[in-house]
Amino acid sequence: MAAPSLSSAVPAAVPTARPAAGAGSSRWGTALLEAVGLGPEAALEPARQRAWRGLAERPLPSRHDEAWRFTDTTAMAAIAPQLLAAGAAGPLALPPAAAGVVRIVLDGGEDPLAGVSLPAGIEAIPAEELEALRLQEAAAAGGGAGWGEPEAGGSWIGLLAAAVAPRLLALRVRGAVAPGLELVSDSGAAAGVLPLRVLLLLEPGAELELLQVHRAAGASLTAVLLEARIGAGAKLRHGLVAQGAAASVLLADLAVRQEPGSEYSFSSAVAGWALSRLQPRVLQGAGAATTRLRALQRCDQRQIADHHSQVRFDGPEGELDQLHKAIAAGAGRSVFNGAVEVPRAAQRTNAVQLSRSLLLSDRARIDTKPQLEIVADDVKCAHGATVTRLQQEELFYLQSRGIDAAAAGTLLLRGFCAEVLRELPAAAAVWQPLAMLLAEEAPRP
Amino acid sequence: MIRPDAPLLLEICDLHASVDDQPILHGVNLSIRAGEIHAVMGRNGSGKSTLSKVLAGHPAYRVSAGSVLYRGEDLLALDPEQRARRGVFLGFQYPVEIPGVSNLEFLRVATNARRLEQGHEELDTFAFEDLVRERLELVKMDPAFLERSVNEGFSGGEKKRNEILQMALLDPLVAILDETDSGLDIDALRIVAGGVNQLASPDNATLLITHYQRLLDVITPDYVHVMAAGRILRTGGKELALELEDRGYDWVDAELAALAQAPVEVG
Ligand SMILES: Nc1ncnc2c1ncn2[C@@H]1O[C@H](COP(=O)(O)OP(=O)(O)OP(=O)(O)O)[C@@H](O)[C@H]1O
Ligand SMILES: [Mg+2]
Repeated sequence: MAAPSLSSAVPAAVPTARPAAGAGSSRWGTALLEAVGLGPEAALEPARQRAWRGLAERPLPSRHDEAWRFTDTTAMAAIAPQLLAAGAAGPLALPPAAAGVVRIVLDGGEDPLAGVSLPAGIEAIPAEELEALRLQEAAAAGGGAGWGEPEAGGSWIGLLAAAVAPRLLALRVRGAVAPGLELVSDSGAAAGVLPLRVLLLLEPGAELELLQVHRAAGASLTAVLLEARIGAGAKLRHGLVAQGAAASVLLADLAVRQEPGSEYSFSSAVAGWALSRLQPRVLQGAGAATTRLRALQRCDQRQIADHHSQVRFDGPEGELDQLHKAIAAGAGRSVFNGAVEVPRAAQRTNAVQLSRSLLLSDRARIDTKPQLEIVADDVKCAHGATVTRLQQEELFYLQSRGIDAAAAGTLLLRGFCAEVLRELPAAAAVWQPLAMLLAEEAPRP
Repeated sequence: MIRPDAPLLLEICDLHASVDDQPILHGVNLSIRAGEIHAVMGRNGSGKSTLSKVLAGHPAYRVSAGSVLYRGEDLLALDPEQRARRGVFLGFQYPVEIPGVSNLEFLRVATNARRLEQGHEELDTFAFEDLVRERLELVKMDPAFLERSVNEGFSGGEKKRNEILQMALLDPLVAILDETDSGLDIDALRIVAGGVNQLASPDNATLLITHYQRLLDVITPDYVHVMAAGRILRTGGKELALELEDRGYDWVDAELAALAQAPVEVG
């Protein structure tokens, strides 16, 4: 008999349909907590209690927070501060998963693993074990916030998801898992907040390909906290495809800890959200690991696409290869902030960070900022950022071959996207990320 | 092949053009009939590429006076893509690299745009693969280049072969080849020139821009024009190219000075 799934680690909250009583934006977080309807006194795990208190103190980030300086959160404050009722999205029209891919649908409902047969090598982590694990971590971190807990005052997105997500999907991976794993959420046209928490434990030497997919068509906020620990010599190839709509918000905090000899690659394609913010935060706990980050985001109309990455090397000989790409059209606003921290212990670190943005309109805006904090002296760190428009010579070359200006522009855009899209896990193809990035109003299958 | 009764394909009349408000072409006159091969020679910076870009419709060049008729129609009124679809082809002196865009797909889209204009049906990916493989033979190009991004990382010679491959697929009526011979090794020059010869027919015409007689040893021009300071200074037969090879361009300065003294009336 398999251990009970961890989806029951936390009591499921009963969503209430109470609208925010005149919630000003500063009240949004507390209104959400009230709507969720459980206080910190309730029988919650300590981590969730802490997150709850944290969120009560920091109800909504604003432009006064350094980390949110360029990111207008108006779209977020406009979301009804209540949990999206499970199944509220109605029957989902999802494309069939690619061959050899196991799909888990996350809808805030009961057990996401019900009816799913996990591939050999992946198992749900039982509740008791998880609690023990957390205590160990906390002890290792000197009693402070251990791995798997958003630091107080740190990631607001992590706090939000941790405070209100009714359940946690916790999986352990052993050995090389052949089938890809796909985690899908689709809020459809439903309104409200969909908090999702996932925890992945890759044992030493494990290998996994994971695709996260988030979609929304209505006034909803998808808040994701994904924590992953990649053991020594383990490999995680991680992709994210997210397709939103005019009133939808996506906030995703991805906290990854790598042990020496591990390989982590993350590639993402994000488009169509009123506001999207991805926060890949990678910690090479003892250095000597490789991290590869590839991101592509498009903002159009009045959308804001934000990418805040953070990579920290707490030991020597770590490697980072990062490329961030953005397409800003309409009156869209693209934000990229790439923090790389190389403390004294991180000698012989080799880090490369590039940011390439394409400005398609005079009203669009791009803010891109590398943020290198290098204390160690024997390191190689390169960074560069370019913002360009479609190149006249490239357009003319295509036109001189009979391709009209619009089609030529599309071909060039596709070329721009290809560099990142080709790194997504194979499972991504069925979600048609290219069509999503090229369309002004992304088509929904 | 000169046939006085062959239809006029291109008539360039007193063409003036500038870039960034700087005049570069100062009254070019040139007529090309079907079946003819013209060579344009001239010093660096004399305006040869500018002429080719203006004919292809590059947006950076502004035509300030003069006219260009293509098969009796106002060429300058057409967008670059319309010119290409109707059969004007420019082989670039510096072909552009386009990262991320597959060469094969680019060639297929371009070929279909031209085919639609010609009243042929579009080719699907399979039919196009057959066609492109056949045309690759003409320039002895490795099919591996189809899988790469357009011109990205191609050597100079490989880019030029890719230009001729495009010409072979697009079946132009007027092909303007801007220094297609430069950067080619001896074998590649023979292959590319052979391709151009094979594509030449009594119905189309070729305008070769070149610095070297060695290309004209393989492709025999009906006319040779010498361009200087934005105009065509002298026109002759194939022997003019040999004469240039002997004498160089020093005589050009004297003629230009004479022109400056007594400007030629045009019109
Ligand atoms: N986009 C441009 N901006 C500024 N000047 C230009 C531009 N294009 C051409 N010119 C100038 O116009 C003149 C003619 O240039 P063009 O390229 O037509 O010469 P060319 O005859 O093709 O020379 P080459 O034999 O070196 O290829 C040159 O002086 C060049 O610098
Ligand atoms: Mg030139």
